[in-house]
Amino acid sequence: MLAVENVTVHFGQLAALDGVTLDLGEGEIVAVLGSSGSGKSTLLRVIAGLQRPDAGRVVLDGEDLATIPPHRRGIGLVFQDHALFHHRDVRGNVAFGLRMRGDDGTAIDRRVRQLLELVGLAGYEQRAIATLSGGEQQRVALARALAPEPRVLLLDEPLGSLDRLLRDRLLEELQRIFAELSVTALYVTHDRAEAFALGDRVAVMRTGRVVQVGTADELWARPADEDVARFLGLANVRDGQVVRPEAVRLGRVDDGRDGDGVVESAVRQGPTVRVVVRLREGGELEAVVSSLEHPLPGDHVDVAVDPAGIVRLR
Amino acid sequence: MDSDRAPLSGRGFRALSYGVPLAFLALFFVFPLAAILERGLRSEGDLASPLDVVTDPVTREVVWFTAWQAVASTALTILVALPAAYVLGRFAFPGRALVRALVVVPFVLPTVVVALAFLALLPDGLERGWAAILVAHAFFNIAVVVRVVGTFWAGLDPRVSEAASTLGAGPWRRLREVTLPLLAPSLAAAAAVVFLFSFTSFGVVLILGGPSYSTIEAEIYNQAVRLFDLRAAAILSLVQLACVALTVWITLRLETRLSVAGHLRSERETLRRPRTRREWAVVAGSLGALGLFLGLPLAVLVERSLAVGDGHGLDAYRELTRPTSALLATPWEAVVNSVVYAAAATAIAVVVGGLAAFAIAGTRGGRVLDGLLMLPLGASAVMLGFGFVIAFDRWPVDFRSEPWIVPVVQALVALPFVVRAVAPTLRAIDERQREAAALLGASPGRVRREIDLPIVGRALAVAAGFAFAISLGEFGATVFLARPDSPTLPVAIFRFLGRPGELNAAQAYALAVILMGVTVVSVVLVERIRRRGNGGWI
Repeated sequence: MLAVENVTVHFGQLAALDGVTLDLGEGEIVAVLGSSGSGKSTLLRVIAGLQRPDAGRVVLDGEDLATIPPHRRGIGLVFQDHALFHHRDVRGNVAFGLRMRGDDGTAIDRRVRQLLELVGLAGYEQRAIATLSGGEQQRVALARALAPEPRVLLLDEPLGSLDRLLRDRLLEELQRIFAELSVTALYVTHDRAEAFALGDRVAVMRTGRVVQVGTADELWARPADEDVARFLGLANVRDGQVVRPEAVRLGRVDDGRDGDGVVESAVRQGPTVRVVVRLREGGELEAVVSSLEHPLPGDHVDVAVDPAGIVRLR
Repeated sequence: MDSDRAPLSGRGFRALSYGVPLAFLALFFVFPLAAILERGLRSEGDLASPLDVVTDPVTREVVWFTAWQAVASTALTILVALPAAYVLGRFAFPGRALVRALVVVPFVLPTVVVALAFLALLPDGLERGWAAILVAHAFFNIAVVVRVVGTFWAGLDPRVSEAASTLGAGPWRRLREVTLPLLAPSLAAAAAVVFLFSFTSFGVVLILGGPSYSTIEAEIYNQAVRLFDLRAAAILSLVQLACVALTVWITLRLETRLSVAGHLRSERETLRRPRTRREWAVVAGSLGALGLFLGLPLAVLVERSLAVGDGHGLDAYRELTRPTSALLATPWEAVVNSVVYAAAATAIAVVVGGLAAFAIAGTRGGRVLDGLLMLPLGASAVMLGFGFVIAFDRWPVDFRSEPWIVPVVQALVALPFVVRAVAPTLRAIDERQREAAALLGASPGRVRREIDLPIVGRALAVAAGFAFAISLGEFGATVFLARPDSPTLPVAIFRFLGRPGELNAAQAYALAVILMGVTVVSVVLVERIRRRGNGGWI
């Protein structure tokens, strides 16, 4: 449905986007995952028409968008930090796109009410933007972008400015809303949990390039290279291979031997405990232990690895 | 599509936002300035050296007086304002915001009103002359020093001075070696503004100077209007322009040298309530003296407008609707003229200045336009008025007797203030707001209407209020251009003063009170609009 073909953008000497190609199917949600400066926001700006590409093209429903200005593209964007209109109330913000396409008053009222209900802000029509909390502003921004029924919705780190608890809750709501409206969306984030939770597929970006695209499971099973593996949160990445922490088995040494290594730290993360072992032969190895009994820092341990848990990188 | 209804494409609007202000400046600023140059440097068709006028003893005397009175006025203003600046910069007390607001009132008053207030206040024998001029300048400019220095003072960390005291510095050494050097940038900035205002002072000098004291500004008027020596007036205008340019240049150099590194603190950290009885006395004493200095002249002005023989009454006000020998119109008509002219000038200034602000804020070439639009500030009002008279006197630009020329010149004087009020607000609009609107389907013209205009609406209203107040009190340019049968308030007041007799004087005072009233009301309205907003530039 949306095709980004070989798009390149230079800012002076720096290539913000370097030949990016990406497809988005009808009703599909692709999460673009990358650290800051990887070019993911620039990609959104090119698709929206706010940034002219130096090379390459953006095609939507078979139509090249090059000559179409942003206001005629029918593409919605939820900005980082919302960019709400502070000189208008909640209704004025959500109704904006509806007025631009010429809806009449009663139709606008109906649609605004419907959208505010959808994002959980029923009855907020008259509220001033300044009186809303961060999470509420985020919901208004989403409702505003969804109101004129964009062909594609772009989201630029929409939850970036919110605290963790609120983020988790909004993430679930976004999943529900996207499913309910069968939205086609590109979701930019630096948070892999967000990317995995929302994206039907995840595109990993680095220094202006898309280095790998796939489902969460595909990425997790076969990361393209060491950097991607580390960025996805895989531990024990070394010498072109990854040792999955859940495949590492630890046995405590009770008979006074030195064993294979010494436990450096053991930190509980929810149901599992993350144990880092300093190996006698040098280097560190991370293991995940799910039992209540786990080695403690200073313990000497033996290490065994299940061969199925070793992934060779391409 | 709805977006096709946009009145102007992005490019069309850009052309308009550059074209209108540039055309306005070219016709009403550059052209008159060129006329002055031509009149000053040519005589009977040939180039003629202006040196005879420049080296004339009268010119030298005028330039000398202009310079020293400006220096003395600046020193006096700082001396009078410093205690209040100290109190506002160091203490939190009830009514502080009100004091800050009230201090500005004299600054927005028309110069003619200030001159009359001191004419009314000062005892016989002292009411005209250099002393009266200096005091009036101090009264007029005190707001500049109190606001600029006081605000800066409030940003200084009080612990620096406390540190000096633990190192053995007494109050005087702390002032001399710590506080004053830290304040220097703000003092220099305020002094430069006061110096420029005093240097180019016209209404105050013309009325309070009497026959023997004249600034360059007043001398341009004398030469042009009283002696009909247009060449001398033109050459004096050029001298004035050179002096102002020199002053600005020195100021800019001084400011870069004086600027002290270090960041300003918020008032919440630096201000504290007065603790001891002595501190309360300092606060009350400083503000009381300030209140007396600013309030008394205005009170006496009102009193004098009501004086009838030995008692009081509204006789002078009642006379305003009757014809008078001083004017070719009734004084009341002058009131109406003033309001109509000022309203028209406001409309012109807001349209031209608003378009210019869009150009300045929206494009890279804007900085050049920004600089160009500040030029009328450097050229004085008298120069503009005089330039209009000699430039617009023959076909096809024989405009000088047209009624609309008065609002045009007033708009020119107000233009820099309008641009200064609107451009920063426009620049501060988050670009993503415009992008968000565009992505929701708004065309470039629609974005301006839906995003820019509502947000700068308040700034535009403030600018309009200032333009109105400035135009209302404008004297230097208007006195050249207002036709005898349709004078404005300041011009009418000036004409009354030129006539002998108690009734004429009383009517001048009455008109001054009315002018003061209208000005204060418009400024108070502006302040109320500004307070409700979150932006502000003063």
